Amino acid sequence: MSGTPNNFFSWIIFLLQQYHGLYFSGLITTLETSLLGTVLGCVLGFAVGVVQCSSGEDETTPAKKTLFSLLRGIVKVYVTVFRGTPMIVQAMVIFYGISEAFGVNMPAFQAAILIITLNTGAYMSETVRGGIQSIDKGQTEGALALGMNRFPMMMHIILPQTMRVIFPQIGNTFVGNIKDTSVLNVISVTELFYITNVAAGTYFRMFEAYTITAMIYLTLTLAFNLLFRIIEVTMAGRESYTVVGSVEPGVEVTA
Amino acid sequence: MSDTGTTGTRPIIRVQNLKKRFGDHLVLKNISFDLYPRDAVTIIGSSGSGKSTLLRCINHLETPTAGAVLYHNEEIKPDIHSVNAFRSHVGMVFQSFNLFDNMTVLENCMAGVLYVQHKSREYAKEISLKYLQKVGMDPYINAKPRQLSGGMKQRVAIARALVMEPEVLLFDEPTSALDPEMVGEVLDVMKQLVSDGLTMIVVTHEMAFARDVSTRTIFMDDGYIAEEGTPDQIFNHPQNKRTQDFLSRFRNG
Ligand SMILES: Nc1ncnc2c1ncn2[C@@H]1O[C@H](COP(=O)(O)OP(=O)(O)O)[C@@H](O)[C@H]1O
Ligand SMILES: [Mg+2]
Repeated sequence: MSGTPNNFFSWIIFLLQQYHGLYFSGLITTLETSLLGTVLGCVLGFAVGVVQCSSGEDETTPAKKTLFSLLRGIVKVYVTVFRGTPMIVQAMVIFYGISEAFGVNMPAFQAAILIITLNTGAYMSETVRGGIQSIDKGQTEGALALGMNRFPMMMHIILPQTMRVIFPQIGNTFVGNIKDTSVLNVISVTELFYITNVAAGTYFRMFEAYTITAMIYLTLTLAFNLLFRIIEVTMAGRESYTVVGSVEPGVEVTA
Repeated sequence: MSDTGTTGTRPIIRVQNLKKRFGDHLVLKNISFDLYPRDAVTIIGSSGSGKSTLLRCINHLETPTAGAVLYHNEEIKPDIHSVNAFRSHVGMVFQSFNLFDNMTVLENCMAGVLYVQHKSREYAKEISLKYLQKVGMDPYINAKPRQLSGGMKQRVAIARALVMEPEVLLFDEPTSALDPEMVGEVLDVMKQLVSDGLTMIVVTHEMAFARDVSTRTIFMDDGYIAEEGTPDQIFNHPQNKRTQDFLSRFRNG
């Protein structure tokens, strides 16, 4: 290395040479936590959204009815609390709360997953609820009239359609989580923002170090937005079907 | 009360003193009738007289306020097991088709067999194809509902109900949402079912169908059965003033 860098670009190059390994590991942690948190958060969001949409009228015994009401109450508190507080505060409360309550220090990475999952689940449940309610009621009646229980009806008819309706929102949530995981530096999760602190600190080059970080975030969000757009278009599927045994075999009919 | 009807068999469904209230609006006031094997009962009456509510109370899509629905002399209890068991034997066809939009025509028909009767995929496919053939929709097994015309959708909905091999089918104005040129194809399927001896209740505004195809006609007026009899009695010799008025309004368009 010939002397110290003396301008913006040479600092950028210098920092990249020095810290590319660190940046890469931060990037991986950011992707891992946001991806896992989004996936688990969606699963949680679907479960909570379904509970919010159910009336409990199908529960057969009074005990089960009471249990269901209790579940609905818990779910409502959960959603209200997590939608009504910033994730950075949730991170502190959960991380330090667990350590106080159980006397164990949860590894930061696992805490990160837990926090993103809970946060995403609360927002996603509202999206899922809206999605379920947007599916025309006639299909529910069609399934009920066959003698179908609520569970298979949800799994085979309502939720697959809900999934399609809310897919763009799931994509947005994931991209949002890529950015929002940055707040988890407060509990020392070694994601992109946290490691930038390290990279910037040694030479006091905040501007250059965070410019690199910004470029990485921007590349990630643009790339994933594009990816989700492609998946969405693919999912929209073929608008034609094949008439079986028609005069012209394999003729495509478009409605 | 006698258990034997005109055909000397026991009724499949008995509706006894059925009442249904929405808020403080009493929609069904006191409905009783019996449905015998091979009956094809049509229910006619002006809009708002409670025809749909009656059908929906029979399969408990609406819970009756009072009275009972009996299936083979067993009362349907308003719990999910009793109701689901009943529904899997008594199918329903809706005015708005209510097909599953995420499934193909074939999958729509297989759904009940797979997720209600819990039979094998092979059986589900085989029996679905059989009934899709019956309604003339077998060439379209790979289509999605949104790609079909109204008449085609309704024929698929009928096949979906038939695949369960129900003892009774309930139809709620199956042709009312259709463009006029598609009414015929659906009525033809239904006529075929009547001549096959399927037991059914059909709420309809197709007076020719009621007169020529059904075995018995019920005229509903303001939550009551105002008159009931053979199509000949109802259409050619109506006794009740309200029946006469309704029919003359229909004849004069
Ligand atoms: N879910 C409901 N809530 C309140 N009122 C209803 C409901 N369903 C039907 N009604 C009322 O019950 C009456 C009968 O309706 P319906 O059975 O649909 O009549 P029909 O099928 O003969 O046209 C109407 O006045 C209608 O507004
Ligand atoms: Mg109606």
